[in-house]
Amino acid sequence: MITTRNLTKRFGNVEAVREVNLDVREGDRYGLLGPNGSGKSTLVRMLLGLVYATSGEISVLGHRVPKQVSRVLPEIGALIEEPAAYPHLSGRANLRLLDAAGPQGKRRTRRRRVDDALEQVGLAGIDRRPVRAYSLGMRQRLGLAAALVRRPRLLILDEPTNGLDPRGIRDIRDLLVGLNADGVTVFLSSHLLPEVSALCTRIGVLDSGRLVLQDQLASLQQPTGRVLISTDDPERAVATLDGLVEHRDGADLVVRSPDPAELNARLVRAGVPVHSLAVQRRSLEEIVLDVTGAGSDQFGVPAAEPGGTVKASPPPSADGTPPNQADAVLPGPDAAPLAREDPEIS
Amino acid sequence: MIAVELLKLVRRVRTWFSIGLMCALPLVVAIFIAVTHLAPPPGQGSAFLSAVLDDGQLYPAAALALVLPVFLPVAVAVVAGDSIAGEASAGTLRYLLARPVGRTRLLVAKLIAVTAFTLMAVAAVTVTAYATGVLILGPSRAAAVGSSGLSGSIAPGANGLPTAGLQAGAAITSLSGAPLTLLELVERVLGAVAFITVSMLGVAAIAIFLSTLTDSALGAALGALATLVASEILVTLNAASVVQPYLPTRYWLAWIDFFRQPIFWRDIQRGFAIQAVYVVVFLAAAWANFATRDITS
Repeated sequence: MITTRNLTKRFGNVEAVREVNLDVREGDRYGLLGPNGSGKSTLVRMLLGLVYATSGEISVLGHRVPKQVSRVLPEIGALIEEPAAYPHLSGRANLRLLDAAGPQGKRRTRRRRVDDALEQVGLAGIDRRPVRAYSLGMRQRLGLAAALVRRPRLLILDEPTNGLDPRGIRDIRDLLVGLNADGVTVFLSSHLLPEVSALCTRIGVLDSGRLVLQDQLASLQQPTGRVLISTDDPERAVATLDGLVEHRDGADLVVRSPDPAELNARLVRAGVPVHSLAVQRRSLEEIVLDVTGAGSDQFGVPAAEPGGTVKASPPPSADGTPPNQADAVLPGPDAAPLAREDPEIS
Repeated sequence: MIAVELLKLVRRVRTWFSIGLMCALPLVVAIFIAVTHLAPPPGQGSAFLSAVLDDGQLYPAAALALVLPVFLPVAVAVVAGDSIAGEASAGTLRYLLARPVGRTRLLVAKLIAVTAFTLMAVAAVTVTAYATGVLILGPSRAAAVGSSGLSGSIAPGANGLPTAGLQAGAAITSLSGAPLTLLELVERVLGAVAFITVSMLGVAAIAIFLSTLTDSALGAALGALATLVASEILVTLNAASVVQPYLPTRYWLAWIDFFRQPIFWRDIQRGFAIQAVYVVVFLAAAWANFATRDITS
């Protein structure tokens, strides 16, 4: 759906985007991650023909951008940084006006498409107020509605959940997953790791304009070969799992084993009460921190995000003994030994 | 896209507010004149104003002469200066272009919307001034349109050639003293409305060009107005006579020539031509800049 080859953009002396080879496939929910200033917005704008590349090639939906961008854009719904609307007009009037601009917005179906889009983002019924009176979250929903009104094949969304409350975030996530199931490819950029982690099937990570990582999220988050166990009787558990325990922190154990079922069976046989048992996976945070440089220190800092949209970070371990990282997916220092995990058995 | 731009124009409060202001100025002037019966003496003050006490039907012409020097160009510069820069600073420009609206098409639509705004403003001033003239100043008291036209307000020597005493000759009939039929008068008012509208297009094109350079609508409007002020100064400066034929405001007053008998076409034609040149040059410059610019707003 979207491919770029050695895409580079220079603003004066600053290389905002360097040699990026993006590969977004049909049906993806692709999350482009990167700290503020890493080049996400510039990249998005180049895909839409708003900013012209210094060098490199872009192909979107099989057409060259920016040369054939007018053939591509009608099939794309876009949210480009913040949403924007004419403040003195109502949300509905804004959508109608925007749809009437440019080709492809068929007048005959306009009313229905506008209604549908407002319905999809949860603005139906409150769309007749002037946008001036909208809250940040409502403006964000309106921006999404504007992206949806042409029923696009590809959505390019910059920070789609910006300004939404937790419920709004889940609404939008459900909406995007639903659209994706109907065949819409979703490309979104974000600096909120939990968002991308919950929504995307494939990620790319930008760091100082370079695409430092691009892969399926599932293969990035393969099990690390360790199992996290929480038990009331850690002494007996350590004795039972003779030699496999790599790390112990109170009642929590990190056990090296590829087979959680077998571990569980052994503990149960020995009469050890197990509270939870989960395969350790690398968190998206670890994956991203591994590949981004020192310049990205504000990356995903929860306190920086208003609206309580970020999950709390995992607590650091008491003595900080890092587990062996022989089977870690990516090279680099391992940040937190007891990182978030996806519980599979509990 | 043109329809969208026109829709945006008419749905904006600013549009109607500025047109209202433009209509209000001649109204205020008319009230003062009607109350005091003190019109400027012939040859002084705004064009046609000396004659309106004698014939209220001439008030549209006087009203146009009142709004032309400042009100109209300011309003046009504000609307045109806002055209691209306003969309850019509001963030809507990127969404329009991603719709997609072609950049060339957007520029042309903006110019057409500004033209429509100017025409609406000039027409509104003309119509309200006609009503004002007839209702407040009263219909022709001396010699009505079509009569001999030798009323007292005609300056001596204003008969014949359209040279000296331009304002002074603004009489009941034509500037030249020959009578006009009502049809002729309507035709000439329409001609003047068209000419004044076109006269504003040069300003509009300059403002649109500046509007593509900056994200500040105010900056673009003020830049265009500064150009006009400079032009007005140079027009009256004898030392600048070399460049005077090419200044955007040089032929602004040529619409008065529509009220001569016969119509004195030379300056009118030059006025149209010079505005056409300004529109072509500055719109081309705007296009060259805008079509290749990175939209980072």
